Amino acid sequence: MKIEFIALTTPDLMLASLLVLALIGLGARMRLGVSRTLAIAALRTTVQLLLVGLILEAVFTQAELPWIVLIVLVMMTVAAWEILARQKRKLKGWWGFGVSAFSLFISSFFITLLALLIVIEADPWYTPQYAIPLLGMLLGNTMNGIALGMDRLVQTAWQQRSVIEQRLMLGQKDTEAIRDIARDSMRAGMIPIINAMATAGVVSLPGMMTGQILAGSPPVEAVKYQILIMFLVTAGTGFAVITVLQLITRRMFDSRERLRFDRLLREPR
Amino acid sequence: MLRLEDLQIPNMEPINLTIAPGECVGLSGESGSGKTRLLRAIADMDEHGGQVYEDDVAQDQVKAHEWRRRVMLLPAESLWWFDVVDQHFSAHAGHIEALGFEPDVMSWNVSRCSRGEKQRLSILRMLANCPRVLLLDEPTANLDASNTARVEDMIRHYLEKHNAIAIWVGHDAEQLKRISQHQYHLSDGRFTRVQQA
Repeated sequence: MKIEFIALTTPDLMLASLLVLALIGLGARMRLGVSRTLAIAALRTTVQLLLVGLILEAVFTQAELPWIVLIVLVMMTVAAWEILARQKRKLKGWWGFGVSAFSLFISSFFITLLALLIVIEADPWYTPQYAIPLLGMLLGNTMNGIALGMDRLVQTAWQQRSVIEQRLMLGQKDTEAIRDIARDSMRAGMIPIINAMATAGVVSLPGMMTGQILAGSPPVEAVKYQILIMFLVTAGTGFAVITVLQLITRRMFDSRERLRFDRLLREPR
Repeated sequence: MLRLEDLQIPNMEPINLTIAPGECVGLSGESGSGKTRLLRAIADMDEHGGQVYEDDVAQDQVKAHEWRRRVMLLPAESLWWFDVVDQHFSAHAGHIEALGFEPDVMSWNVSRCSRGEKQRLSILRMLANCPRVLLLDEPTANLDASNTARVEDMIRHYLEKHNAIAIWVGHDAEQLKRISQHQYHLSDGRFTRVQQA
């Protein structure tokens, strides 16, 4: 099968960047207050993606395990920090980072491993062309789910702390007193991926599939990969959010089933 | 029997107290003197030193939620989290009429209840769990005279019938004399017996 695609030239990209520049200009004229953020974000995406492109090209030709491990570690650390940065109220100390990193690890990492070893079976199994994009897809989505679920749980528990205490006073277990809030948080974390699955192909063409088709893959082959990714992402996000909710709930109550916001939260800035 | 043994709460002298079955103890003190903190420590809602026994069962011998089912705290402001009154009850509510309610009160929406109604309903909600010890934080603060009398009667009957124990926190000295066998006062971190005149 001959795969052909039209390579983009630098002038092509500059043309597209003119559109963003025009938007920045209009935003500044109308004093909408988005131009600065927009400019920084556009610059970041350009630099970050170019860098990652160069790194990936280097890694793809080398395909040595230590380098891949290093990239995986960097990706996971950044994802964990990003989750933490999205939280309005954070766990004190290293707990915030620890909980995010641990749940990313046991979901994204293991599911990627599973997919590489059992489903894709590339040779060697860690072939970076498969391993890195797969992990990236999983991390990106899992990260969102964790960030949303965690934020919802801690925020709602904080707002409803008196209700939680009232339920404890009536003799409910800690897990019972927070059950409704945990259920809400699970939903909040899962909604993006559930929406994505429900509307895939009808409302939106998923980005990865679009990319593969643009790059010349037959649509049905692209669709198979997309379904694989969707399922992996759903499982990854679900397990990650469940893990996070369990860990945080455990941290939020002490051994005597008391709400312990004092040792849990840092005041928002 | 309820026994506090060297119960330690920050900024307060250690408290020792024994309450016999069927008895009610009245507790007064200015706001901020620590009445609520004392009740919360007995219900194990806050960290504290010392030990509390209920019928020779120590607080930390049983799981926290089991302890709170026996030693139940009624907070000054009751909270409701579902839509309908009935959803908050773990068991059938008895004596609805004795607190001046219509029989259909259990199907009311919580949002239509006044503060006083919520306070009386929260007493029914607590008693439906059959606790051995009642920790009552100003249970009649939002009530008029006739409803106050109803609540006093209901608590008195409950203590008699179940040989249960109550600690009643309030500001009204006359009421405390009416409802309790012994009265105590909290001020400047000291817990003292009020001598009868």
